[in-house]
Amino acid sequence: MAANTNFEKYKSDGSLQGNLLEWFDARFPATSMWRGHLSEYYAPKNFNFWYFFGSLAMLVLVIQILTGIFLVMHYKPDASLNANGIPVAFASVEYIMRDVPWGWLIRYMHSTGASAFFVVVYLHMFRGMLYGSYRQPRELVWIFGTLIFLCLMAEAFMGYLLPWGQMSFWGAQVIVNLFSAIPLIGEPLSIWIRGDFVVGDATLNRFFAFHVIAVPLVLLGLVAAHILALHEVGSNNPDGVEIKKRKDVHGNPLDGIPFHPYYSVKDIVGVVVFLMVFSIIVFFAPEGGGYFLEYNNFLPADPLKTPLHIAPVWYFTPYYSLLRAMVWPLFGIDAKFWGVVAMGAGVVILAFLPWLDRSPVKSIRYRGPIFKTLLTLFVISFFLLGFLGTQPPSYAFFGVIPSAPVAQVLSAYYFLYFLTMPWWSRIDKYKPEPDRVTM
Amino acid sequence: MKKLLTALLFAPAVALAAGAAVHLDKAPDVQNDQAALQSGARTFVNYCLNCHGASFVRYNRLTELGLTEQQVKENLMFTADKIGEAMRVAARPEEQKVWLGAAPPDLSLVARARASADGSGADWLYTYLRSFYVDDKRPTGWNNTLFANVGMPHVLWQLQGQQVLNKEHKLELAVPGTLSPAEYDKVVGDLVGFMVWLAEPDAGFRKRVGLGVLAFLVVLFGFAYAMKKQFWKDIK
Repeated sequence: MAANTNFEKYKSDGSLQGNLLEWFDARFPATSMWRGHLSEYYAPKNFNFWYFFGSLAMLVLVIQILTGIFLVMHYKPDASLNANGIPVAFASVEYIMRDVPWGWLIRYMHSTGASAFFVVVYLHMFRGMLYGSYRQPRELVWIFGTLIFLCLMAEAFMGYLLPWGQMSFWGAQVIVNLFSAIPLIGEPLSIWIRGDFVVGDATLNRFFAFHVIAVPLVLLGLVAAHILALHEVGSNNPDGVEIKKRKDVHGNPLDGIPFHPYYSVKDIVGVVVFLMVFSIIVFFAPEGGGYFLEYNNFLPADPLKTPLHIAPVWYFTPYYSLLRAMVWPLFGIDAKFWGVVAMGAGVVILAFLPWLDRSPVKSIRYRGPIFKTLLTLFVISFFLLGFLGTQPPSYAFFGVIPSAPVAQVLSAYYFLYFLTMPWWSRIDKYKPEPDRVTM
Repeated sequence: MKKLLTALLFAPAVALAAGAAVHLDKAPDVQNDQAALQSGARTFVNYCLNCHGASFVRYNRLTELGLTEQQVKENLMFTADKIGEAMRVAARPEEQKVWLGAAPPDLSLVARARASADGSGADWLYTYLRSFYVDDKRPTGWNNTLFANVGMPHVLWQLQGQQVLNKEHKLELAVPGTLSPAEYDKVVGDLVGFMVWLAEPDAGFRKRVGLGVLAFLVVLFGFAYAMKKQFWKDIK
């Protein structure tokens, strides 16, 4: 709330703490920031289950940064072989797992945190799609969110190279090679990215630099922008109605409650439940059935041994499926290039949602059957694309239905859902929105 | 609608399960059996550690299996002087490459690396070590039904004896070894159990800590939920 910055400085009651706070407030917007963002930030009172995932994403970000700092103290980004013939980077991860006190916990928290980050962010994004949180006036909140998602993908991709296992190495090899499909500049571009003709020590070191410094800095900046923009326009809610339209005599929204203490105490409950699920994975199933830590990644990277099946980690697989669905060389350019274009477009198209959606109401609660049907199909196809991305292209459902054409149809649907939205969102049936939020 | 959604969400898992191809025998779980793990350690040091290292594991970790440092030094340390040294092979990897064609892989993590949709890494190892058969076409004289044309010879052949492939392409014990088939399975089960321990020595401790953490979180949930209820009782 820019208008409120320093709007009312704290006046001391004469106590030591009071004097200290007054001293600070005369020099720093401490009280006004506390009020503008927490104790007097009015959030709709009808938040439901879906509204936990924003604060949980913040929690996971903090977990990743804290555990990351301690991992960097012991991890060595070095692809050379040690006396036992094992890459130093790979051995340093096992050193953390075995010889560093509680190192296994720090490492499992970080590896589980990576998957948890995508779980909560995907649910957070889906919440926006359910309740139209991207609609005017929250377009910029949504765009910052899309950029955060892009950053998160870069962060996860580069972090995955660091353990220097077989999947780390070959996954990076496959993805960086995609850039070589770009006409004219592709080959030199991919060499420039790797710093070598193959993924090697130079690649490992630069990915380390990006993973621990460059991308986290950008990510933190974008998260700050995301929250500042949100607090400027105010939160949406499951009814999709603007609480700022109805205010009390003090000018506070009738259906709003101060974020602190109401949502701070509520989010603590969400945090504890999240930590329970998180702990069950960290302590009892850190490999996540081979989805969070891939089994092949317990083998050190070997440039001479290509694994039979190279699959990205689960959170990339829906987009990996979009990439693989493009098998036609168009305009004389390699199909691989169009795959990269499709994967990139799959993420970027999210940013256009605020202008693609032409519905007169925001929330699914007042939207019609067309939206509900198409969104359900969208969720199903997203899950199926994700599943197919973990499988080789030769996979067949129940051993008979070939998956490649299925993945192409689902990919086409992914894009058509967005591209035809201006049309179907207008002709759908709608229920009238209420004036006030419903509990 | 909800039922249909649930069914569709789980469809991939069902489809995946239907795709399993390789049959693996279930390895016994001996993680809580110290005698079995000690017997596995003895087999590992006597048979595996001559060529394969376990370079992420220090000898003194073996004390966690109920052995004293003195016992480890006298019975399990053949190529190291100090108890804090890693379980290395005496030969260097470059030499092994010249002698054997390829350096035998480090076995510290093999029980985790061999896991797949078909079964756990332990299941794979348990099946693999019981699937060698005599094959004159191979330079070592041995082949394996699970790992075709494997480079490793059957190191445990004196214990198991010699298996051959019969007409139905099934394994058959042609020459008995020093152990009966049941005894051999027990030795391999113990060895595989030791390798599972080797892959993550802290796994048992991890699960015990996890129970404590979850108990704490359950209590914390009670307080957090009560606090939320208290603050929200006026919000309608």
